[in-house]
Amino acid sequence: MSSTPIRVTVNGVERELEVAPNATLLDFVRDRLQLTGTKECCDLGECGACTVLVDGRAVNSCLMLAVEADTRDVTTIEGLVENGRPNALQDAFLDKGAVQCGFCIPGQVMAAQYLLRRNPHPTLAEVREGLSGNLCRCGGYVQICEAVLAASEAAT
Amino acid sequence: MSTDPNVVIGTSQRRAGGLARVLGRQQFVGDIALERMLHVKLVHLDCGHARILSIDTNAAAAVRGVVSILTSADLPHPMPRFGPVHDDRPILAVEETKYHGQPVAAVAAETKEGAEAAADLVRVEYEALRGVYTVASALDPESPLVQAPELRSDDPLRHTNVLRELKYGWGEVEAAKADLVVENSYAFPMVTHFAIEPHAFIAAPNDDGGVVIWTATQNPFQMQRIIARVLGLPLARVRVISPDPGGAFGGKQHPKYEPLVAFLALKTGRPVRLLLTLEETFQEVRRTSCEIHVRTGFQADGTISFQDIQSDFLLGAYADVAERVVAKSNYLACGPYRVPNARIAVRALLSHTTPSTAFRGFGTPQVSWAHESQLDDAARRLGMDRVEIRLRNLARKGEAFVPGDTPCDGDWAESVRKAAAAIGWGSPVAAGRGRGLAVAIKASATTGASYSIVRLHWDGSATVLAGTSDMGQGARTVLAQVAAHELGIPIDSINVVMGDTATVPFDLQTSASRSTVFMGQAVARACQDINGQLELIAADLGLDAKVGVVELLRARFSEVRGEVIGVGSYRSEYQPGHPLGGRPSFYEFTCTASEVEVDQGTGEILLVRHVTVADVGKALNPQHVEMQDEGAAVMGLGHTLMEHMLLDDSGRIRNLGALDYRIPTTKDLPLEMHSLVVENADGPGPYGSKGAGEGGLMATAPAVASAVTEATGVVIRDLPLTPERVWRALQEGAARLA
Repeated sequence: MSSTPIRVTVNGVERELEVAPNATLLDFVRDRLQLTGTKECCDLGECGACTVLVDGRAVNSCLMLAVEADTRDVTTIEGLVENGRPNALQDAFLDKGAVQCGFCIPGQVMAAQYLLRRNPHPTLAEVREGLSGNLCRCGGYVQICEAVLAASEAAT
Repeated sequence: MSTDPNVVIGTSQRRAGGLARVLGRQQFVGDIALERMLHVKLVHLDCGHARILSIDTNAAAAVRGVVSILTSADLPHPMPRFGPVHDDRPILAVEETKYHGQPVAAVAAETKEGAEAAADLVRVEYEALRGVYTVASALDPESPLVQAPELRSDDPLRHTNVLRELKYGWGEVEAAKADLVVENSYAFPMVTHFAIEPHAFIAAPNDDGGVVIWTATQNPFQMQRIIARVLGLPLARVRVISPDPGGAFGGKQHPKYEPLVAFLALKTGRPVRLLLTLEETFQEVRRTSCEIHVRTGFQADGTISFQDIQSDFLLGAYADVAERVVAKSNYLACGPYRVPNARIAVRALLSHTTPSTAFRGFGTPQVSWAHESQLDDAARRLGMDRVEIRLRNLARKGEAFVPGDTPCDGDWAESVRKAAAAIGWGSPVAAGRGRGLAVAIKASATTGASYSIVRLHWDGSATVLAGTSDMGQGARTVLAQVAAHELGIPIDSINVVMGDTATVPFDLQTSASRSTVFMGQAVARACQDINGQLELIAADLGLDAKVGVVELLRARFSEVRGEVIGVGSYRSEYQPGHPLGGRPSFYEFTCTASEVEVDQGTGEILLVRHVTVADVGKALNPQHVEMQDEGAAVMGLGHTLMEHMLLDDSGRIRNLGALDYRIPTTKDLPLEMHSLVVENADGPGPYGSKGAGEGGLMATAPAVASAVTEATGVVIRDLPLTPERVWRALQEGAARLA
């Protein structure tokens, strides 16, 4: 299959690469860029494990083609780190005990990051709505929602 | 959090490994890519039970980058078979497929895309056969046999689909007097584990003629044993590396495709990686479904006089560990109650379905669905309070509620009272709402052994080697807490190493909520071994042992350096003649209480408040206990309200994948959730702890169903309580009244 050149900024670094026209953004970040923090689970846009930010908006990277990311700005979980340390939201996840097996956590963090950008001071109901597309089978939802609210409060 | 940094037991220490997880740096099996690694794709049929007539791999082999295509013809004859209890599962389907999704071939190619394209081109000619997909069909003498009788040559039941018949009991059910007999049937559906990490397997040949396997297993040592046997290698030539699983819940306890990737790695001489899709993972693991018929006798005051239980548990095509699930859960099918007369007869049946296996609760949610619903039924008929009837019958501490076995080891009534208070039991219930309360009990690990090595380094830090798998329960954190406490060193100076059979000493497995007790004690003993050595060192040097670990080590090792190595173990030996091979080390007891509101127009259930109480002996890390117990409760809401695998007439699972099989999301959470503990330091683990983490889902279904009954007047005995099922029950109830 022919390849298509794209220019995409990932975690602040501009890259020019050739991608297969049928490659998803998920395949691109995991297999081409070896950014494996973004996880693959359902491949249907239902579980949220592959959530990344594209131009600041949360996207299921399994539902977006890599070629569609051309000229755009992509942030993965690896891009949230601040001076080698977790950001305030990530720290709240640790503090509130929101991390169990951890497989869904990068997606949860990215979805929460987007939620707080749109709505810096959400209510619990808004957090539950905002994260409803991110499955956690360990069932850590109560703590995940607490973490998002704590990060929101800390930002005031 | 404790303000005293020296107090590590009973405080909410942050999760060890948490940082890597929030940063996206935690490496799961699917994140590992090896040099020259091949990608594997499985070939399966769109059918449950089928006879394979021919497999044509020519077109597939012509795809660029295809290196190897494996079918049963390429494997040793007779086909190697394996399993945790019975060696019945073949590496690939031979002659027949026995369940929807069983692979008939595997393609290894240079790229994932190449493997997928080639797998699509493998032409399999097959004839669909009549299959066994239900309890009734498994028991029908006209039905085909799921397993060839030769596989079970010494089994008198080999010409039936009954894998095992089990009978437990005591007293005289026939002679028991009862003022009220309640007789009902209950059903529990097939549900799947749905770990967010789909199953993933890597194998690579080793230069020494052996093989290395990477798999997210809860049981690396069993994996090592089975791979060694299948390949004919000594244990020391098989290395199993088990990166922390991304959720397991029992589904990653026993071998699935590890033998297949091992053969492919040896055949191609290259590392191979198989990543299952979520749909394929659904086809690999599920909970054992069942039908339970039960007669319970009561005296007029609510005292249980007998339990007469007949159950059929529908296993899959291969036994996996499901026979043990059936045996262990049904051993306690009467629940945590004083039952003077009991008769329990249960059959474990084979079927042409996904092999059922261990799944959080290990059969307990199924049996509690029946015994708890029976108590509610009796309470309604006797005009008794539903909490009162439970308190009247609960075993008291020290009471051998299963004659001759481990007696009641907790103040179980305390848990019930705590849950009742938290849900507001006895206070008026708003119109349209109802409350329910249920209990459940699980037998913990019976036999088993755990070993640990602790290395106290010359700078006063320590490495703990433990064969436990940290799959989200936080074992790494708790074991570090135990070591920090025993050695008197900061928890930050402890590294817990797990998941590599070439590095860590033997552990039976991570299951049955056993690790805090078994491995916790092994680690504590290894640390105590070190402390004993330190005392000798101090005496040798003429120093006071209280001088401090670092000073002592510096004085002992000086410039040459060295370390103090401690070894600890905890074993529970096999007990011949015991129905389970050994007495339970402890019981995991739970009480769940729920308040619901039912939408009469749609049948939808809104959870207003949900409370779980876990008797944990001692919460070594309260936050971890809460995470686990609430997480289990959320999972329990899945099988209670929405989850069930649906099969069609040819045994195909019709709701494969996240779109059609729903699990709870944030929007399904109860409006309020509370997780409480009972701590009486009465467990066999370190500091009086017991295992935890399964309890939260063991009594969810009967508690919620009881609340639905109070809210609506209708009784439902099938799960899940979907809006459709509730709505239909409401319509039927209204029709009966009209």
